[in-house]
Amino acid sequence: MTQAPIAVDLPTQEPAGGRRGKKRRPGSVLHVVLTIIMLMWAVPTLGLFVASFRTAEATNASGWWTAIIPPWEFTFGNYDYVLNRAGFWDSFVNSLFITIPATVLVVMVSAFAAYAFAWMHFPGRNAIFVVVVGLLVVPLQVTLIPVLALFRDASLGGYELNGTIMAVWLAHTGYGLPFAVYLLRNYVGGLPRSLFEAAEIDGAGHATIFFRLVLPMSVPVIASLVIFQFLWVWNDLLVALVYLGPVPANHPLSVTLANLTTNFGGNWQFVTAAAFVSMVVPILVFFALQRYFVRGITGGAVKG
Amino acid sequence: MLVDLFENRLALALIVVLGVPAVLVLYIVAVEALLTRVSRRVSAAVRPWLWLAPALGFLGVFLVYPTLATIYRSFQNRRGDAFSGLENYVWFFTRSDTLIALRNNVLWVLLLPLLVVALGLGIAVLVDRVRYEVVVKSVVFLPMAISFVAAGVIWRLMYDLNPNTGTLNAALDLVNGPRVAWLSTSPINNLMLILVGVWMFTGLAMVILSAGLKGISAELLEAARIDGANEREVFRFVILPLLAPTIAVVATTVIIFALKTFDIVYVMTNGNFETDVIANTMYKELFANGQQGRAAAVAVVLLLATVPVMILNVKRFKQQEEVR
Repeated sequence: MTQAPIAVDLPTQEPAGGRRGKKRRPGSVLHVVLTIIMLMWAVPTLGLFVASFRTAEATNASGWWTAIIPPWEFTFGNYDYVLNRAGFWDSFVNSLFITIPATVLVVMVSAFAAYAFAWMHFPGRNAIFVVVVGLLVVPLQVTLIPVLALFRDASLGGYELNGTIMAVWLAHTGYGLPFAVYLLRNYVGGLPRSLFEAAEIDGAGHATIFFRLVLPMSVPVIASLVIFQFLWVWNDLLVALVYLGPVPANHPLSVTLANLTTNFGGNWQFVTAAAFVSMVVPILVFFALQRYFVRGITGGAVKG
Repeated sequence: MLVDLFENRLALALIVVLGVPAVLVLYIVAVEALLTRVSRRVSAAVRPWLWLAPALGFLGVFLVYPTLATIYRSFQNRRGDAFSGLENYVWFFTRSDTLIALRNNVLWVLLLPLLVVALGLGIAVLVDRVRYEVVVKSVVFLPMAISFVAAGVIWRLMYDLNPNTGTLNAALDLVNGPRVAWLSTSPINNLMLILVGVWMFTGLAMVILSAGLKGISAELLEAARIDGANEREVFRFVILPLLAPTIAVVATTVIIFALKTFDIVYVMTNGNFETDVIANTMYKELFANGQQGRAAAVAVVLLLATVPVMILNVKRFKQQEEVR
């Protein structure tokens, strides 16, 4: 691939404090409002967090807020139980093996499609895009039985797809694509036309434009997409349950955790601990990508 | 050979981390290399389809084909061996419990997007002005990282009737308020379930709208301020119009979530106490009652309900294209 010189300045991040420095000093009302919002969103999770350190008897007898006041009677028993269960770490790795490719596939495949929908001309362009958006509404449950039948019949070089990790990431890619294409098409279509014209005049091919202009300029929206897709796949129970059902060795964390509750009917204090364990990775992903949301990455290139 | 590859976890890890992206990048590079060998006219005609091919392939196999199969199935009887005309649809529109599910979905579709978009936009704009932006965003976003099973547990703690364990009733007790059975009193239980949805999805709206907000040029906002616009006018006449396409994306997404609402209802009430929604009705018919034909018909009703959303979207999409 030739590295065509591109006449347009690639947008760079604004120097620290550029925009932020010009900020008006926020009033105290703003701080109060934001504090109330944070409280409203944090209290339910805080309740779960506190409950995860209490015994079942304590949680059934009194509210979680009573536990905050000393004397503290917290226990690591729930976490101890969850983390030391046989197969816990295997399913943790399985979750990564399902979620990472499903996320990469959705981002790349939808970016290809978004670029084609936004900047290429072909008959039926709008009609096909409308169909893709229409697919957003297809409830996942509708597809389970026909797709399961497909997986049972399909084999890849003598390799049965049904019950494999690959079947799950392929399915998740399909389910995630309509939202991804819709989101990216909207953003990529908003990039300034002049940028593409300039690049074309400089002799840049489509692959160059895509990898060196479109992808870098779409970082904020791709970061959001990665977060959503990662969360959906990581937390998904239904798809994994249906396609991996018969093969426990391939179960991801979500299925293992759900079994935890059903096997020991009603022992939901373990779920509270398990919920926090399973949240760790998505939260790390969120924090890792958070910085890409900063203003200035697109240099104001996006119309809306 | 593939079998051995997949059974080796190290190989699987390599495929997962390096193989998948490599294949995708190579695909585009190969496509473009091939297209340079054909005439300009041919390449211009073929290129869009090759860029779209992976997406269309996935969509075809996992969404289009199963949907068509389902529509076909909705006109068949329970066993799927004979056509039954509109019988499944007549069943759906003549029963009180399915009609309640329909009513509840209307509530979801009206309230969830309204609350989520308003709160998401408000928080995105407010948080943009403070230094602890990341903290607020993380707190509001946190529920998105929680699985529905865990969210169900959390909100059962919140809504519990017993003021000793239920957070909301404990708070009401504190001010000598009444004790409310949040989840079994119709119709407020629907509102309570929708609020769980608001709690979970506002993070999504906030993140997308915030990304859009960051994309608005700093110079533009500064220019408006220099021209004498106050903050409210900047929001009303600069930010809002520029964010309109993004708001439309978020609203559409949330409306569709509202139409498909399943997990929250399934986990919290399983549709009891007049809280059922269409997707849960379908799930019950499919897996509890073994009524594939009826389940398929319910799914088709859900699809039809989205037609107005789609029409609005197409209109907006065409307007946007004209501006470009």
